[in-house]
Amino acid sequence: MTGRWAVWAGAAALAGFLVVFFLWPIGEILWRGLAPDGLPDLGAVGEVLGRPRTLRIIGLTLAQAAIATIACLVLGMPAAYVLYRLRFRGRAALRALALVPFVLPTVVVGVAFKVLFAGTPLDGTWLAIILALVFFNVAVVTRTVGTAWEELDPSIEEAAADLGASPARGFLSVTLPRLWPSIASAAIIVFLFCSTAFGVVLVLGGTRYGTVETEIWTLTTQYLDLRSASVLSLVQVVFVIAVLWVASRARSRPELRTPSPGRPVRLADVPLIAASVLVAVLLAIPVVSLVVRSLRGPDGWTGEHWAALTGVGSGVGGGAPALSVSPLTALGHSLGFALAGTALAMLVGLGASILLSRRPASPRGRRALAALEGGLMLPLGVSAVVLGFGYLVALDTPPFDLRSSPALVPIAQALVAAPLVIRVLLPVLRGVDPLLRDAAADLGASPGRVLATIDLRLAARPAVAAAGLAFAVCLGEFGATAFLSRPDWATLPVVIERLAGHPGAGNLAMANAAAVLLALVTAAALAAGELARGRGVSSRG
Amino acid sequence: MESSIRSLRSAAAAAIAFCLAASLAACADSREEAPAPASLVLVTHDSFALGDGVLAAFTAETGIAVDVQALGDAGALVNKLVLTQDSPLGDVVFGVDTTFASRAIPVLEPYVSGALTEAEAPFLLPADQGGDRLTPIDSGDVCVNVDHAWFAEHGVPEPVTLADLAEPAYRDLLVVESAGTSSPGLSFLLATIAAFGEDGWQDYWRALVANGVKIDAGWTDAYYASFSGPSSEGDRPLVVSYSSSPAAEVVDASAPAPTGVLTETCFRQTEFAGVIAGTRYPAEARLLVDYLLSPAVQADIPGSMYVYPVVQSTVLPETWAAAAVTIEDPYEIDPAQIDENRERWIQEWSAIAVP
Repeated sequence: MTGRWAVWAGAAALAGFLVVFFLWPIGEILWRGLAPDGLPDLGAVGEVLGRPRTLRIIGLTLAQAAIATIACLVLGMPAAYVLYRLRFRGRAALRALALVPFVLPTVVVGVAFKVLFAGTPLDGTWLAIILALVFFNVAVVTRTVGTAWEELDPSIEEAAADLGASPARGFLSVTLPRLWPSIASAAIIVFLFCSTAFGVVLVLGGTRYGTVETEIWTLTTQYLDLRSASVLSLVQVVFVIAVLWVASRARSRPELRTPSPGRPVRLADVPLIAASVLVAVLLAIPVVSLVVRSLRGPDGWTGEHWAALTGVGSGVGGGAPALSVSPLTALGHSLGFALAGTALAMLVGLGASILLSRRPASPRGRRALAALEGGLMLPLGVSAVVLGFGYLVALDTPPFDLRSSPALVPIAQALVAAPLVIRVLLPVLRGVDPLLRDAAADLGASPGRVLATIDLRLAARPAVAAAGLAFAVCLGEFGATAFLSRPDWATLPVVIERLAGHPGAGNLAMANAAAVLLALVTAAALAAGELARGRGVSSRG
Repeated sequence: MESSIRSLRSAAAAAIAFCLAASLAACADSREEAPAPASLVLVTHDSFALGDGVLAAFTAETGIAVDVQALGDAGALVNKLVLTQDSPLGDVVFGVDTTFASRAIPVLEPYVSGALTEAEAPFLLPADQGGDRLTPIDSGDVCVNVDHAWFAEHGVPEPVTLADLAEPAYRDLLVVESAGTSSPGLSFLLATIAAFGEDGWQDYWRALVANGVKIDAGWTDAYYASFSGPSSEGDRPLVVSYSSSPAAEVVDASAPAPTGVLTETCFRQTEFAGVIAGTRYPAEARLLVDYLLSPAVQADIPGSMYVYPVVQSTVLPETWAAAAVTIEDPYEIDPAQIDENRERWIQEWSAIAVP
């Protein structure tokens, strides 16, 4: 009985968090846009959707996200195999480095890509945007799929090989079906990230290749046209639901999982390793460009931009500086917010994954869970600007008078990170054979003990991987953070954006140095997590 | 099991950190809400900056603390004020600019500082366009910036007027920001509308496009990735930026400035302050608006925000006076006219410039 009570309490807490910090603010702003006089103006939906520009932008958004997602899957799978199935020296460091592009601020990477593409046929093209989207998101595939791949028992593939199946055949008929749920998970995240991409689309495409997200931004911040922006936000909600529906076709089948520490490299692995190295080089080019440009001054190589990170940027003619806090101070803020955001995202994500992995007997219970799952994914697909405006109009009365509170920053970060945690953990927990839990219960284990000994134990290693991803998301999050951030507690990505927005000798180079610093700190934190995780494996394996 | 305990423990530590952050936030909030001594919230844009101690002097004088809250760029600032009309975000706003002035009228109380004199009259708006609510504080110009070195090296005379930019001699040399996504981009569009009129600006832009103008989305990518100036990485020697930008490129004050502005291409933006309707402290809010016009703030404005103080008797700092140019006759458009036509102008511009 207590178990059921706990389940309902957990579900209510999650739903409450989602309602207060997402559905209510979003709902309030959409209601203002669609029902300015208190009555819903359904004509607006038809009118806005009927504009040729709207249709073109929706088409462009879908095509861009779909192509980038496929490219991320194709490029990310070999790397997932190499990083999570093979055992070699430096693996933990590479796993951590692979996430670096994910945290880099779009504004400096955008400029880096622009400088790299200048004078090539890629300059200002749609392909340039796709390449940048792949750069930012391929790590999601590597980590999400890799984490699941690591948990698969390799003996089945070995059996297939012993029976004479070629490696390709073994992969297609044995491995791929078992990886399908995590591939679907990764595809959902990448697709939603790409369909809401903002800064990079603007920087690389000018305003030529508008997406639903850039259009919403223009409509809200430039024209204050909440009506059209609300209709487009509804389009984003429909995107999320459609994506989830498609992905729900790929559900995990229960199976026993035997995490393996990976096997040594063999000759047959060379093609996949070569493919991964190629991907790594492509990912490294913009990063190396950032590093080099952070070390160059008008008179050649210099460390002055790095030394400047303790200061507040250069002003004009000895006037006030570009920043109110130094990048180093901002890094401290970033780490604090990201730790809090990650903790909250793990709380929400782990709780939600445990709940969502259950299969209630009643159809109503199943529908309620499906709604919760959809609701928790929405923040990935809905514009950060709309959420920011929603906070301003909704969270203005006690006990939720939080409009000027720093607590909103980690909350907003957790809303974006929690869906990723769920997408990593849910396939693992859904793959747990219910018989295992039943057996434990039959043997007299309390529901809490079943949870601790079966679910939490199986989820522990993927949870560390998910926490790393969440941490990276929180550190790199810009849209919502910039909207909520105030100068005194600005985060590093916000400070980088400010630096890159000020003319003056050294400000851009300093922004590049700050971006590299953010990447280094992230990689170090993730590598520490990987080492802890790796030790956990070897002590068990 | 060991690893899950460890992760639980670190989760607990992080949760404690989060609770600490939340309770600290609560402390900060309770301090703000304290009735005495009254503290005022000054909402502004991200570029707001004053020198050390300038606002502290106001606190020393009046006993009122000033809590500065930046709410994004000038457009976002006004939009947020409009959206939160029923529960205002602060007491005083600074940074409403010419292009968004009309939109801000309904969220402001009627008050204009009495400290303005006849000399500042040109900056005041007409009474029905916010002139009774918006006190001008500073003004700045958006102008085409020029990379002197490039023109010297290529032996090409620098352009002078907007019309010159459409000449074949300057083909593929100009980069501008999109009027739809960038504030200087919109200012430049307004300059061309003021220069060529409702009937002529579209033809001018067709000529610019035919002459290879590059249109970037924002100031950062236009200035740093497309412009050829000394701290930039692009190859175009003409960029739309601020009249103060060249001062930021000066490294060696004894050498000639590496970049400059085309003084006949400028659009003037005035920034205003006002008392937010619904403030709990209207009397103190007025004091703060007055303070923004005081010699202490006005003298600090050029060095801190790289714009001109409106009070004409203000003495400009030496470095500023040397590096910055004075724009004699910039282009201007009435805020009401901008507000009325903004969306149509941007859409017509987009059809020509970014088809």
